[in-house]
Amino acid sequence: MSSTVPPAPDTVNLANVEAARRRRARMQEQERQSKLVRKLVTPEGAAIQLKLANASERAGAFLIDVAIQWAIVIATALGLSFAIRAMDPESANIAWAVWLVFFFFVRNFYYIFFELGTKAATPGKRALGIRVTSRNGGRLTANSVLARNFIREIEIGLPFQFLMMGGDQVTSWMALLGLVWSGIFLLFPIFNKDKMRVGDLIAGTWVIKNPKTKLMGDISSTTRATTHERFAFTPQQAEAYGIHELHVLEDVLRQSTQDVKAQVALRIRQKIGWQAQPGETDTAFLEAYYATLRRRLEQRMILGERKTDKFDVR
Amino acid sequence: MSDLLKSYRFREERESDWRKLDLILTRAENSGVKALSDDDMTALPRLYRQAVSSLSVARSISLDQNVIAYLESLCTRAYFFVYGARTSIGERMMDFLRRDWPACISSAIGPTLLAAVFLLGGWALAFFLCMQDMEWFWTFHGQNFWDGRNPDASVEYLRSTIYTDEGDLGDGQLTSFASFLFNNNAQIALFAFALGFAFGIPTAWLLVYNGVMMGSLHAVFWDKGLGYEFTGWLLIHGTTELFAIILAGAAGFVIGGAVAFPGQMTRLNSARHAGQKAATIAMGCVIMLIVAALLEGFGRQMINSDAIRYTIALSILGLWCAYFYLPRRTDTV
Repeated sequence: MSSTVPPAPDTVNLANVEAARRRRARMQEQERQSKLVRKLVTPEGAAIQLKLANASERAGAFLIDVAIQWAIVIATALGLSFAIRAMDPESANIAWAVWLVFFFFVRNFYYIFFELGTKAATPGKRALGIRVTSRNGGRLTANSVLARNFIREIEIGLPFQFLMMGGDQVTSWMALLGLVWSGIFLLFPIFNKDKMRVGDLIAGTWVIKNPKTKLMGDISSTTRATTHERFAFTPQQAEAYGIHELHVLEDVLRQSTQDVKAQVALRIRQKIGWQAQPGETDTAFLEAYYATLRRRLEQRMILGERKTDKFDVR
Repeated sequence: MSDLLKSYRFREERESDWRKLDLILTRAENSGVKALSDDDMTALPRLYRQAVSSLSVARSISLDQNVIAYLESLCTRAYFFVYGARTSIGERMMDFLRRDWPACISSAIGPTLLAAVFLLGGWALAFFLCMQDMEWFWTFHGQNFWDGRNPDASVEYLRSTIYTDEGDLGDGQLTSFASFLFNNNAQIALFAFALGFAFGIPTAWLLVYNGVMMGSLHAVFWDKGLGYEFTGWLLIHGTTELFAIILAGAAGFVIGGAVAFPGQMTRLNSARHAGQKAATIAMGCVIMLIVAALLEGFGRQMINSDAIRYTIALSILGLWCAYFYLPRRTDTV
């Protein structure tokens, strides 16, 4: 995939400049995304691409988990405070003692409990489709899970303590200094290319995306033989777009509304110079064009030419 | 059907196997390995290998985004299942108790001694400073010390804090006190471990600080002629608790040392090796502190004889040391 600037168009007009700018932006975004991809070679010799979770996903998962932890703590505390009214002071004390130990375990072992499971993810991580895994591709050991979660104490606990530290002028300055110092631990994931927390670094782990993708029907298979005759595109028409546009078209066909499909169909008809026949629906046209374009591009790909997008003229 | 795309025919031939693998994985993820039948288990490796090879072929012949994304996610899930950990939580716990915990601690004798020097050094420093001049006590603790155990207290009062009279405290209060202390100490222990990442310097400070607090209090009692009694009161759970704090500090130093001086390894690898070892030690500290809290909450308040206190303290220390440091047969598996 070349990240070179598209060839200069013959006629410089605003539309071309705009298109080139958008293409550059798209390529930069692709390059940014590809920096988060890690190749894992399985013992069978096949490569699996792992995508690292980004900072916002990590933070989102953490917030969900914290909310769940608080929900557990508050719910049990409320329940207990009702139950205690029926107890004598002696057993009430014991009940509080047990709750206090329970609190400690919810605070420190919530993450460990879930990450030791087969899914290697807390409920928050599961909700966002991410999981913890060992950095060297091996199995995630219990020690790693312990290490990455005990470290949380300095990443979250320390800045929080400094934040809560109030008092006179001197202590406030101390607190500010401490906050800056401990902020390094908190913001650590943003500053390294592997998006590791300090805990991940110590434990030899990282957090990857693990989405559960559904297998959907193949769009090209829905076009029947009869429609193929109706939509006989010329080779020039089938060459008009590249892989990027094919993928966009796939997304449009899979998840867009009729309105969007109509607009896209209009744009494509204009671009390839296609006269809409009587009784031709937009969806049928798009599906037929998708099948034709994909066939053409896949043929070229097998021969080693990847036409990345419509600007890629070879 | 020559009309169909090559990539579609490729998919059509293999789709049922992908779906079979998907089903097995979903079942395993939701209800564990035990939910799988023998047939599933035999089919799994073949289906996994096939999915992985499908993925690499699909990448080079298919432009269907959905198929590739699906295979990527299927293979990732299958890989983690096939090569993931299979040990149950019970087995992991037994491994931890039988092998990992003592092995990690006995391999970290150096950092343990260093942590002990910091804690006991702080202790000794505060103790001797206070013995020379009790004004030091106020420097360490501030003016508003939370209870009456300070140089101005009477001998009788101090004595009353270390011995429990009959019917003085109910069981409930003992339990809640013990669990409060456990919470506190365990959090400090985990903190000492985590702070090790900053090259161990804050860990050292935390150890010295805790040593100073205890040493100055020790001096108050010593000054009033209650040294022997106070030591017994402290040691009954203290041998376990202080040992745990020292080990937590040692865990911090293990990490700090590995990050600061990685030696032959890369810094990242060195941190990883040390982190696993240190986390095991820190986990062990939490267990030791639970034991300490039980001793503190029940043993200390119920046993009021100095001789028994000392005996318990020393025998428990002996047990810990035997468990951690006695050489044991290593299974060569």
